[in-house]
Parts: sequence; structure tokens; C-alpha cells
Amino acid sequence: MIASWLWRRWFGILTLKALVALAVFGLVVAPPDSEQGDAARLLYVHVPAAWIAYLAFFVTALASALYLWPRTRNDSWDHLAGASAEFGVLCTGLTLFLGSVWGKPIWGTWWQWEARLTTTAVLLFLYLGYLALRRLGGVSSQRRNAIAALIAFIDVPIVHFSVSWWTSLHQQGSVFNDKMDVTINDGRMAFTLWLGAGAFTLLFAWCCLGRMRLLGIESKNSELELEAAIAQRTGVPS
Amino acid sequence: MSLASDAVLIAKKDMRIEMRSRIVFAQVLPFGGIVLLLFAFALDTDRGVLPIVAPGLFWVTVTLSALLAVSRSFAIEAEHGALYALRLSGLDGAAIFLGKAAAIVLQLLVLEVVLATGVFVLYDVHVPGEAVLAVASVAVAATVAIAAIGTVYGVLVAGIRARETLVPLLVLPAVTPLLLAASRSFEYAIDNDLSTSLRWGSLVGVIASVCVMVGVVAFGPLLEES
Repeated sequence: MIASWLWRRWFGILTLKALVALAVFGLVVAPPDSEQGDAARLLYVHVPAAWIAYLAFFVTALASALYLWPRTRNDSWDHLAGASAEFGVLCTGLTLFLGSVWGKPIWGTWWQWEARLTTTAVLLFLYLGYLALRRLGGVSSQRRNAIAALIAFIDVPIVHFSVSWWTSLHQQGSVFNDKMDVTINDGRMAFTLWLGAGAFTLLFAWCCLGRMRLLGIESKNSELELEAAIAQRTGVPS
Repeated sequence: MSLASDAVLIAKKDMRIEMRSRIVFAQVLPFGGIVLLLFAFALDTDRGVLPIVAPGLFWVTVTLSALLAVSRSFAIEAEHGALYALRLSGLDGAAIFLGKAAAIVLQLLVLEVVLATGVFVLYDVHVPGEAVLAVASVAVAATVAIAAIGTVYGVLVAGIRARETLVPLLVLPAVTPLLLAASRSFEYAIDNDLSTSLRWGSLVGVIASVCVMVGVVAFGPLLEES
């Protein structure tokens, strides 16, 4: 119990240090971009958030598949799927918000109907639906949730493919051309981006572990409440 | 009984209930009609926007109407414990999926014919003669996909409270690629660019195939959990 608490505390402190380092490197050490200026600093959070969002949805699908597989069926997989999806939705929202804030000065617009942006927006709603389904609970809801997560994950490449095809058939906007591509020609900028990816991965793992623990406690509490209700009704102590 | 005969049995059952209650035709069809009118009011008929955006508006209307049809399809199973009877019937989950999806497809196709007439008349859209077959094929494939997605999500939420509000949240993001592909296919067909229209149409076909496969595999386990 104490070892687990110490380990969680140590992991939390490590995550916090990584995030502070990201803030220092992103805001101070990394130079402003020659074309985008200080707006490029947003990318040190925007890009890692997008990576982790996709990773989180992959983990949700994987944990759901492991829950459905009879040999590996365990409530922990369901808790991991839920925790990961919650973090994924948070990161997707953050990606879209920071993308918009970055897009206004760079593209000249808050929103561009570009493949990755549109796919990310659809993903947000897809997994908001999944989380809404999870929140309803009910008898044997874990299996239902696991199947829903897999269906949502199957939809991800279909959404991406159709949206990419759609945007490629449209004339590209004048503000969205090759010059907008992010080319990293400074070592400090590249390092900060990788630091961001590392810090967000740690944050993802820490949040998932904490949320899994909470979901486990919630689940155990529900079982105890049910047993107590049955014992009260039948008069037989559980 | 074979998979096909089981599916036909379920489809006939759903269609019989619909023919008696006429919920879809008496309520969903007028709903689709009023949505077409609302789009015209919102986009201003004088600016010439409607013929340009008609394919998208048509598929948005079909999707919104499909949500009601799907909700109705599973509402009839929720009454008097019919879902338990369906589970205990011994019918294959895949056959039940195919049957329920087929009934929704039939209802939506009738709806689409009426809505398409409305679009031609109200939005002043002209489809070239050589594009009619392509448009019809894409419409059938897209309808199959919408019905398959709706049936899967319908059974997913069949046994839980607040299903009426959850179905749109689950179905609408899932049908996004389909809506995109079907609208573009119609758009190019109207512009007489048949090759591009068929490229988008083939994407609709692929999506429909994936949706039916997912439904065949997932419906049985989901029915057990509902």
C-alpha cells in the first residue's frame, strides 16, 4: 500500500518535472520560428497532444480487445479502456483548440477544412459518444463498451481516408500551401518537440493509472453496495 | 432455417409492424419533408445556393430521418419485453441484424424516393439521364450503410435508458464519411462528371461492405448484452 503510494508520488513528480521542463524549453530555450514567430511555440503542446490522442484511442481499442478475449478478460482492461479514452478526448479537444489558436495568425483563419483537422474533430465526437455510453453503466456494460470501442476504432481510418480524399479533390486554400509545412531546422526546437511527446506520454500514463485506480474503487464500492442491499433484503449477511 | 430465411422472417416482422402502425410513413416522412423546407428557408431561395448544396442537404435529411427510423426499429423491441423474446428465439444474431437492417433499408428507400422528388421540385435540381443509374446505385449502397450503422448502434443502446439521445451522438459521427462520399458522388453526377462520381460511389460501396460485416459480427454479442 505504502510502496504503491510512494511509486505513484514518484511517478507524479517525474511527470510534473517533465512538464515544467517542456514549459521552460517551449517558452524560453527554443527560439522563435523564422516564419511563424512565437506562434510556433504552441506546436510544442499541440503536436504531442495530437500524438497522444491517437495513442490513447489505440490503447482504448487494444484494452477493449483484451477485455473481449476470454483468456485475458479482466475488469482492469475495461478500466484502462475508459481511462485512456477520457485522456484521448481531453487531448483531442486540446489539439483542436491549440490548432485553432495557432491557425488564426498563421493561416489567417480559426479553422481550415484540412484532412487532419477534420478527422480529429470527427474523432472527438466519436469518442464523446463512447464516453457517454460508458457513463450509463448497467448490467454487463463492460462487454458492450468494449465492442463500441472497437467499432469506433474501425471507423477512424475510414473517416481519415474519406476526409483526405475529399480535401485532396478540393483546391487548396491560398493560406494553406507548402510554405506552411513545419520544417524543424533547429536542434533546440526538435528537442523541445520530443520533450513534449515524452512529457505528454508520462502525463497520459500517470492520469490513466490514477483514473484506473479510481474506477477500480468505484467498481468495488458498487459491488459492496449491491451485496449490502441483498443482505438487507434477505437478512443473510454477505 | 438458413441465415437468409431467418433474415427475411425478421424483415417481414418489422415491415408488418410498420404497415400496421405506419409510424415511419406517417411521422418520419413528413419530418423529412419539413426539414427540406427548413433548409430552403435558412439558405434563401433567391440566391441560387439550393441547387448547389442540394446533394448534401438531401443526405443530411436522409440521415436525420434514419435516426428516427432506427429509434423506431428498436422501440418496438423494447415494448412488452420483445427483446427477450428475440434473444430466446434461437435465431442467429447475424440473421436478426440483416433482417432489421433490411427493413430499415426498405423504409429509407421509400423515404428517399419521396425526398428526391421534393429536392427536384423545391431545389430545382436536374440529374442528367446517363447519371440516373449511378445516382440510384450510390443511393442504395449509402442506404445500406446507414441502416447497418444505425442497426448496430440501435442494439448497442437498446436496453439502456436515455437511448433516444444517445443514438444520434453515436450514429452521426460514424456516418460522417458516408455522408461525405454520398454527397460528393451525387454532386459530381449532377455535374455529369460520372467517373469522379463513381470514384466516390465506390467509396460508399466499401463503407457499406465494412458496415455490414461489422454488423454481422457484432450484432449477436450486442443483442446478448442489451
